[in-house]
Amino acid sequence: MTGIDALAARLRADLGPDRVLTDRQQLRTYECDGLAHYKVIPALVTLPATAAHVAAVVRACAETGTPFVARGSGTGLSGGALPHADGVLIVTSQLREILDVRPDDERAVVQPGVINLQVTKAATPYGYYYAPDPSSQQICSIGGNVAENSGGAHCLKYGFTTNHVTGLEVVTPDGERVRLGGAAPDAPGYDLLGAFVGSEGTLGVATEVTVKLTRLPETVRTLLAGFASTDQAGAATSAIIAAGVVPAAIEMMDALAIEAAEAAVKCGYPAGAGAVLIVELDGPAAEVAAQFDEVSALCAEHGAFETRVAADDEERALIWRGRKSAFAAVGRISPDYIVQDGVIPRTALPVVLRRIGEVAAEHGVRVANVFHAGDGNLHPLVLFDDAVPGQATRAETVSAAILDLCIEHGGSITGEHGVGIDKAKYMPRMFSADDLDTMQLVRCAFDPDGIANPGKVFPTPRLCGERPGRHRGAHPLHATDVAEIF
Amino acid sequence: MGVLDELTRPAGAADVVCGVPARLVAAPRDTAEAAALIRAARGLAVVIRGGGTKLDWGPPPRELDLIIDTRWLTGVVEHAAGDLITVVRAGTPMAELHGLPGQQLALDAPAAATAGGTVAANASGPRRLRYGTARDLLIGITVIRPDATITRAGGKVVKNVAGYDLGKLYTGAFGTLGLITECVFRLHPVPAASVFVRAVAPPLHAAKVLAGRFAASACEVNAAPGAEPELAVLLEGTPAGVAERAAAIAELLGGEVSSGAPPWWDVPPWPTGGVGIKLTGALSQVPALVATAVGTGATVRGSAGSGVLYAGFPAAPPGAPAADGTVEAGRAVELLRAAATRAGGHAVVLTAPAGVRETLDMWGPVPGLALMRRVKEQFDPERRFAPGRFVGGI
Ligand SMILES: Cc1cc2nc3c(=O)[nH]c(=O)nc-3n(C[C@H](O)[C@H](O)[C@H](O)COP(=O)(O)OP(=O)(O)OC[C@H]3O[C@@H](n4cnc5c(N)ncnc54)[C@H](O)[C@@H]3O)c2cc1C
Ligand SMILES: Cc1cc2nc3c(=O)[nH]c(=O)nc-3n(C[C@H](O)[C@H](O)[C@H](O)COP(=O)(O)OP(=O)(O)OC[C@H]3O[C@@H](n4cnc5c(N)ncnc54)[C@H](O)[C@@H]3O)c2cc1C
Repeated sequence: MTGIDALAARLRADLGPDRVLTDRQQLRTYECDGLAHYKVIPALVTLPATAAHVAAVVRACAETGTPFVARGSGTGLSGGALPHADGVLIVTSQLREILDVRPDDERAVVQPGVINLQVTKAATPYGYYYAPDPSSQQICSIGGNVAENSGGAHCLKYGFTTNHVTGLEVVTPDGERVRLGGAAPDAPGYDLLGAFVGSEGTLGVATEVTVKLTRLPETVRTLLAGFASTDQAGAATSAIIAAGVVPAAIEMMDALAIEAAEAAVKCGYPAGAGAVLIVELDGPAAEVAAQFDEVSALCAEHGAFETRVAADDEERALIWRGRKSAFAAVGRISPDYIVQDGVIPRTALPVVLRRIGEVAAEHGVRVANVFHAGDGNLHPLVLFDDAVPGQATRAETVSAAILDLCIEHGGSITGEHGVGIDKAKYMPRMFSADDLDTMQLVRCAFDPDGIANPGKVFPTPRLCGERPGRHRGAHPLHATDVAEIF
Repeated sequence: MGVLDELTRPAGAADVVCGVPARLVAAPRDTAEAAALIRAARGLAVVIRGGGTKLDWGPPPRELDLIIDTRWLTGVVEHAAGDLITVVRAGTPMAELHGLPGQQLALDAPAAATAGGTVAANASGPRRLRYGTARDLLIGITVIRPDATITRAGGKVVKNVAGYDLGKLYTGAFGTLGLITECVFRLHPVPAASVFVRAVAPPLHAAKVLAGRFAASACEVNAAPGAEPELAVLLEGTPAGVAERAAAIAELLGGEVSSGAPPWWDVPPWPTGGVGIKLTGALSQVPALVATAVGTGATVRGSAGSGVLYAGFPAAPPGAPAADGTVEAGRAVELLRAAATRAGGHAVVLTAPAGVRETLDMWGPVPGLALMRRVKEQFDPERRFAPGRFVGGI
């Protein structure tokens, strides 16, 4: 029996035979996440039904030195849930129970496989919702959101997953179940909860999540404004922020993105617009009314040639439909595309958008821009045709150049999709060796053997146990093949 | 020792942390000098001092050779108004950050506290209900590790998920993982109008405010033995908007609208030389927590909307019979800790007078302690930074 066969036998005994997959056809189902150009077939897939199952799997991995990768809904766009060929994939899709909804505490306790939107659905009858709303909210899991520190259109005002999770149960890479935080804020000690959120499955597996519920606002108003250019729309965005208004969301789409959305969902955006802004305001009615007038005036002042206001929920949904369908819609105007995710300071929007256009033109590819203008989170869609020789490479060059632009302007290589496998190589461009080394100190505290989602986030993990800062480059043990770094 | 001699001076009478005198004091002028200092200070036990407004929070250091004072590490490096962010050196007094033109760092720290100390202590006041704490507003940080490595995490943009969110780890770490030298904060616009509603009402009524869609910026309780409990709500926004909401809340609570805060607003409830405790719990348990605390003789203040309360009382020296108005601290902490645990939270003794302090378990039980020890071991294997001051003797 090989190591994996023995592990499978052990896990079948622990979890039950149906919860351990080894059939190659079944394993293939899990070979990639939302970033489909990386594919790896895992050695083993487990489908735990309880947190105890997860702990049993991780313990078995720890004892045998087997790498493991957690997977929620597999919608990640950075290859975070890409399996390890010699490792175990822990799929949380059967951990899908909402354990408790406590409006009086403004909390809900859920299992990690629960779908984001389901939390809001469970809370709405009480007048609450779950604020973080990634565009994938109908399919992505809370566990995946925790791992990616996901955000959504409304994070400008309401923050990200990290601002809305107050408690976790995690299975650490040695198979222990540990509680971090709870229903109350500010648990004493280091904020390990804060460090875990956004760690992309490299510090363990979340098995229970306590989230904040947010009171539904009294009023929501949504406005769509058409501009001749992204420069104008960008200026309007800056003016809104400068006026002291913090909208729930400010989203921008450029002409190419609008064209794609129109082709897909006929959202009826202003004809001939070089850019549209969607501005959503929410809160107490009187506040929203006053801010709404201010925002409308500022848009007009900065060149909006048409402004529309959603009169009801249906019209609001239509305005958002164009925005939310944009990624998928691009498939209608281009056979292939790369979704990039980078962040720049909001004030750098005009110059960076212009540079993106120039770089795209230089390389003969098109870039559609759809993004969270309020917080500078760009999602350039780099369009190409894989059938045309060289185009894919050129698209990748442009995509990489965009990240360099983000770093150059003091931004980040990812605002919400994570580093995963896709951007690990860019980490040294954004962080110094010492910065990365410091992150590794945390990794070593949680996962000294490096078995939790190895190969993700960090281009070169350190060997744990050595004193910090003493080694640069390849570790001598590693270089001579005495020790292996996953 | 040459470099150390250059950078330090002998400690004076005021250079004492919780009764423990230091041998040396240094006040570096920039990040590079601070790193040189820490490199030269190998083997020395270090405590960092910001404004010193709460250096007595937590147990005394097990050892103390060197106080690193951040008083010269000051200045706003950058205020990018259009991006609503600011970059500041760690020793910058909060007073400077309260007064940024048109914008604010929305933390209720006192004017004399420093940016670094506010982050290191993660203390919070009334407005955490709306703006969160230092943890939520810190987006980038520069820290010198105990091994003198200069390291940065986060950056200058609010939305950033590249790598681990180490800013969270340093926030509330009380200087046990290194010296913070620079912080990047997210700012908020100064609201056009703000107004308070004050009412004599039990803490239970705070739930009415939260259940209404008033978007309050703060909802504070104040309760003391023998006095009527009070509630105060802060509303921020447009002049017309706050007026309308304030009127509605005043009616709901039977209270009054006022432009100023009540005198107890954001004032810690412990007397000088008294015992100060932070109590946390699930929101629905706030009334019970307040009742228990008042029952032990404590004055209680805090945020009914976020479940963070502060309790304070004068303490009788251990063994002495409780004089008028004093409380036997050990017993009170025991009761409060039990109540906080029932409420799903924690009771942490922030400060207590010498003599009493030694008799108390200041931090109480801490879930995840084994992992925290492993984190400390990685960052500070020689246990030199604030030794013994943090949870579990870290
Ligand atoms: C159309 C589309 C739109 C999107 N829009 C957004 C958006 O607006 N904002 C945004 O932030 N993201 C967005 N995403 C990306 C993605 O949906 C999010 O990253 C999401 O959080 C992933 O959740 P998941 O359950 O699919 O996780 P997976 O893809 O299964 O996993 C993602 C990562 O989380 C880890 N993980 C999963 N579960 C756990 C667990 N229980 N414990 C520990 N680690 C775990 C995995 O190992 C992996 O590293 C979008 C994706 C698509 C396809
Ligand atoms: C509700 C409430 C109300 C308050 N009101 C007041 C008030 O009215 N007046 C008042 O004086 N205080 C008040 N405080 C306390 C206040 O919040 C603290 O004074 C402040 O946050 C600490 O800042 P400091 O610079 O004085 O830090 P210090 O007291 O110097 O240090 C605090 C801790 O942080 C560490 N530290 C400091 N700087 C650094 C650094 N650069 N890097 C790493 N570690 C560091 C120290 O070692 C120490 O452990 C209040 C607190 C609360 C909870």
